[in-house]
Amino acid sequence: MSSQDIPEENLPAEQDATVAVADEKHPFADPGLPPHEHRIQDIDERAAKRSERTVALLFTASMLATVGFIASFVTIPHDKSIFVFPIGHLNALNFALGLTLGGALFCIGAGAVHWARTLMSDVEVADERHPIEASPEVKAKVMADFKQGAKESALGRRKLIRNTMFGALALFPLSGVVLLRDLGPLPGTKLRHTLWSKGKLLVNMNTNEPLRPSDVAVGSLTFAKPEGLEEHDHEFQTEIAKAALMIVRLQPADIKDKRELEWSHEGIVAYSKICTHVGCPISLYEQQTHHALCPCHQSTFDLADGARVIFGPAGHALPQLRIGVNDEGYLEALGDFEEPVGPAFWERG
Amino acid sequence: MKKLSARRRHPLAAVVVLLLALACTGGLYAVFAPADKAQAEESAQSLTIEEGKKLYTVGCASCHGTGGQGTSDGPSLVGVGAASVDFQVSTGRMPAATSQGAQVPSKKNIYSQAEIDQLAAFIASLGAGPSVPTEEQYGPEGADIAKGGELFRNNCAQCHNFTGKGGALTHGKYAPTLEDVDPKHIYEAMQTGPQNMPSFPDTTLSEQNKKDIIAYLHAVNSDETVNPGGLELGGLGPVTEGLFAWIFGLGAMIAVAVWVAARTAKAKKS
Amino acid sequence: MSTTETTESRSRGKAPAGERVADWADGRLGIYSLAKANMRKIFPDHWSFMLGEVALYSFLIIILTGVYLTLFFHPSMNEVEYHGSYVPLQGQLMSEAFSSTLHISFDVRGGLLIRQIHHWAALIFLAAMFVHMMRVFFTGAFRKPREVNWLFGFLLFVLGMFTGFTGYSLPDDLLSGTGVRFMEGAVLSVPIVGTYLSFFLFGGEFPGTDFVARFYSIHILLLPGIMLGLVVAHLILVFYHKHTQFAGPGKTNKNVVGMPLLPVYMAKAGGFFFLVFGVIAALSAIAQINPIWAMGPYRPDMVSTGAQPDWYMGFSEGLIRFMPGWEVNFWGHTLVLGVFIPLMIFPLVLVAIAVYPFIEAWITGDKREHHILDRPRNAPTRTAFGVAWMSLYLLLLVGGGNDLWATHFHLSINAVTWFVRIGFFVLPVLAFIITKRICLGLQRRDKDKVLHGRESGIIKRLPHGEFIEIHEPLSQDALHTLTAHEQYKPLEIGPTVDENGVERKVKGSEKLRAKLSKAYFDEDGQIPKPTVEEYKEITSGHGHH
Repeated sequence: MSSQDIPEENLPAEQDATVAVADEKHPFADPGLPPHEHRIQDIDERAAKRSERTVALLFTASMLATVGFIASFVTIPHDKSIFVFPIGHLNALNFALGLTLGGALFCIGAGAVHWARTLMSDVEVADERHPIEASPEVKAKVMADFKQGAKESALGRRKLIRNTMFGALALFPLSGVVLLRDLGPLPGTKLRHTLWSKGKLLVNMNTNEPLRPSDVAVGSLTFAKPEGLEEHDHEFQTEIAKAALMIVRLQPADIKDKRELEWSHEGIVAYSKICTHVGCPISLYEQQTHHALCPCHQSTFDLADGARVIFGPAGHALPQLRIGVNDEGYLEALGDFEEPVGPAFWERG
Repeated sequence: MKKLSARRRHPLAAVVVLLLALACTGGLYAVFAPADKAQAEESAQSLTIEEGKKLYTVGCASCHGTGGQGTSDGPSLVGVGAASVDFQVSTGRMPAATSQGAQVPSKKNIYSQAEIDQLAAFIASLGAGPSVPTEEQYGPEGADIAKGGELFRNNCAQCHNFTGKGGALTHGKYAPTLEDVDPKHIYEAMQTGPQNMPSFPDTTLSEQNKKDIIAYLHAVNSDETVNPGGLELGGLGPVTEGLFAWIFGLGAMIAVAVWVAARTAKAKKS
Repeated sequence: MSTTETTESRSRGKAPAGERVADWADGRLGIYSLAKANMRKIFPDHWSFMLGEVALYSFLIIILTGVYLTLFFHPSMNEVEYHGSYVPLQGQLMSEAFSSTLHISFDVRGGLLIRQIHHWAALIFLAAMFVHMMRVFFTGAFRKPREVNWLFGFLLFVLGMFTGFTGYSLPDDLLSGTGVRFMEGAVLSVPIVGTYLSFFLFGGEFPGTDFVARFYSIHILLLPGIMLGLVVAHLILVFYHKHTQFAGPGKTNKNVVGMPLLPVYMAKAGGFFFLVFGVIAALSAIAQINPIWAMGPYRPDMVSTGAQPDWYMGFSEGLIRFMPGWEVNFWGHTLVLGVFIPLMIFPLVLVAIAVYPFIEAWITGDKREHHILDRPRNAPTRTAFGVAWMSLYLLLLVGGGNDLWATHFHLSINAVTWFVRIGFFVLPVLAFIITKRICLGLQRRDKDKVLHGRESGIIKRLPHGEFIEIHEPLSQDALHTLTAHEQYKPLEIGPTVDENGVERKVKGSEKLRAKLSKAYFDEDGQIPKPTVEEYKEITSGHGHH
């Protein structure tokens, strides 16, 4: 679709720049550049002197500010805090350095601009524009040169050379793509498994002690990690990103979902803390409504009803961990999560 | 307001210390005193409960039922404990206005500390629950600020923001700001879980943990907190920073640009 | 050695030192020919023409301060225990990236200032590019011959967004880590290859130990390198095309009126760099930005409410927040529409504004060069489109901060989200209609001014008792300025049957173009500017006010 077929008359007429004087026929004609008017500084030498002094003063202020910057850097201890009204308590060095640096730079700029505005010529000048398109002669010359070059290369004639060259050029970037392969391992089934397995105790994040059912009160909120995972472990960040657990206790009568009740212990339910939307740790638990809200994108889950999504962009319920109590009376996992935790992905199914 | 509450803290603390001292001496005395003295103690206690009951009947019973058993307008108070009463009444949340929004806000407290103690004693007599914490429990001594920070980020920041500036919950509910909240009330809130806040009982968040959290909050969100870089901009993160950059940053740039590009004043034509 | 050479070298040898240096350079670089064309280059004066300079200068400031920061920053995710000056994090486990950022903020003198200048300058850089882009859009400065430069500018804006995002992620603090996690979730949602992309990006499972180092090379080398090239190209084109100007007396499509580069613009533009730097430095002394120490080190199981990206990514946050949670499961696969659709709308929002110049050029079919800027009112449909786009952008920004709107205006977060959901479809349409109406109204007012003169505010009582306001005729300058804009006529397809009765085939695209052209340029799309005849009829009338 070219626009060659637009009729000329649809385009507005070019402005008639030749008519410079308004007359009967051209009431809107361009009167041309207005005559230059003098500034005070152009006609009054005293005003010009004043401007000069202002500019010099600004440049001097800048020098002083730089001296102040260096002095602050040397004299103010880096951890000294002061109270500045109305900002509050802040770091004295940062404040002093910032203001002196800002002042030094601003004064240079202000001096230069004031100089330009009041003392340099302010006569407006008109510069001609030239069309960007080349003249037909230039274009013809270029086209001829190109044809000559193309002919001499014989690229069009020797098809074998042309095709193999294109082939080579198209193939070699593949090496670059292949080189990217070792950026990371293949996903495999890693996203499907967490550290949880049968018999792993639920360890309280706060106290680092295994939890007993009696520790968890109705209306309380506790976060747990699998037994054996310590903060100093090399894989801690990656493992906790999947294994983090949110534990709440409901009145068993309040639990609406049958499976949830089955997988709970005396009303204690354990859900993945990782949002099924894009993986924020979801833990804004409202103990009266039993809703958990994600602080990142406001997906809301009903923890009393299988953690189904009741608002927001998450696509599926939070995975629940099946828990029980071991012989010593501690809460333990009865297996891994039955579905992948965290954000959904193509292979999730 | 801030100044007021800050000042009010001092006499309050004095009262607590006084009560502590009294309790200690009382306790010592009870060991050695003859039995009839102990009986007098008991009757004094029951007198307090009696007074509390009177206050309760006037101010609370219409919603929570005459015996604290709860009605359709208010939950049962059996077993909520003295800490809960102290928190709800001293922060002005209770008694609540008859028509509240999504959540009962904190407001000016209308009871004296003595009256609150009487109310608390009465509610505590209905069923065992957490008692009012002592200054030893929430005071700064022996607290690990850094550990408190980690605990805060794990347990609290998701609702109350990094430094306790508050945040939104569903349907108009919110986690209030923790700025200038009395450490005692923070402790009580963790212990009892007021309104939609979950509770963090000592079994899952130990006394020491709570102390650490309170110390951390004092370090990052109080009158004395240092914000090294300058204006805190609400401590709300990139949203207010962005607004500030647009309004003051770009605003200043445009103001300067207008000056740079403006025509210099012309000499007046005579 | 010939005589001419000796005389030349002798004459050059006698010249002052500065000239001799210039001669030396000219002999090797040809600087005189370069300076001949550019030294007295003319730049028109208008504050809105300096917005691009704000962006350019903040970019330079970012590069300067960024180099300084690299001297101290360790792009490593090795876990270390913190033992620096900041008490509330003593003994905490954190990555080296985070602890070195704390070191810069608390233990390097002036380090905090440079960090804050770097970050404030980044926010202002993006804001200035945005406003500059809108200035170019609303004045039609993107028209031929500047379409390529418009695209360069657009690319700079998009690359700036990603450079900003990667930089914001480097300190590995709890806030930025949450942002990176969001990115991982978004990458995972891509059908078929999502998990592979995510594993390659993070070197395995999230968060792994690689992303800071990888983002670092993207942030300090790859993206800024491309941007630097684009900035240079952008500036060369600005010089080559010469600046546009607003209509006015003496200003035509064939000239450019203003002050010469040397000395006025050298001083003004050079001085402006220092002004911009000075303002940002003062800002960084007064206002704190991104206090990572308050946020703590990143842990994938921790989060804070109010987790938002920097403002330029805010509209993507809005998109993801208002989207309903759609997820389709089939044949053992999951299509995560709730994340993938926003991920696709994100570039669409940007591309919509980027391709507009080409669409407008197609509708008008205009192939001439344009150097006189439009006043926004004189291109009502373009202006309305621009405002509609901005309203959408702004709405998404609001949506990205829905939790803060909820808490600070006592609203329900669910209500705010629903407002954004509905507004996404309704608001741009409303903005379009209202803006177009306003533009047409302003055009009418201009026409009235030209035909009837300016309202003087003087009330006169006529002999028969009627009160009238005296209208003063406009100056020739104003008359010209108000009528200088060009107006297109709507495109007619013409008869579909030619003179011989043979049906002419009209392509669908041609019909669409005629329709759009009509919407742009018929009486509902613009107010025809006063003609000479109208003007004469009214002004020749006796006693007309």
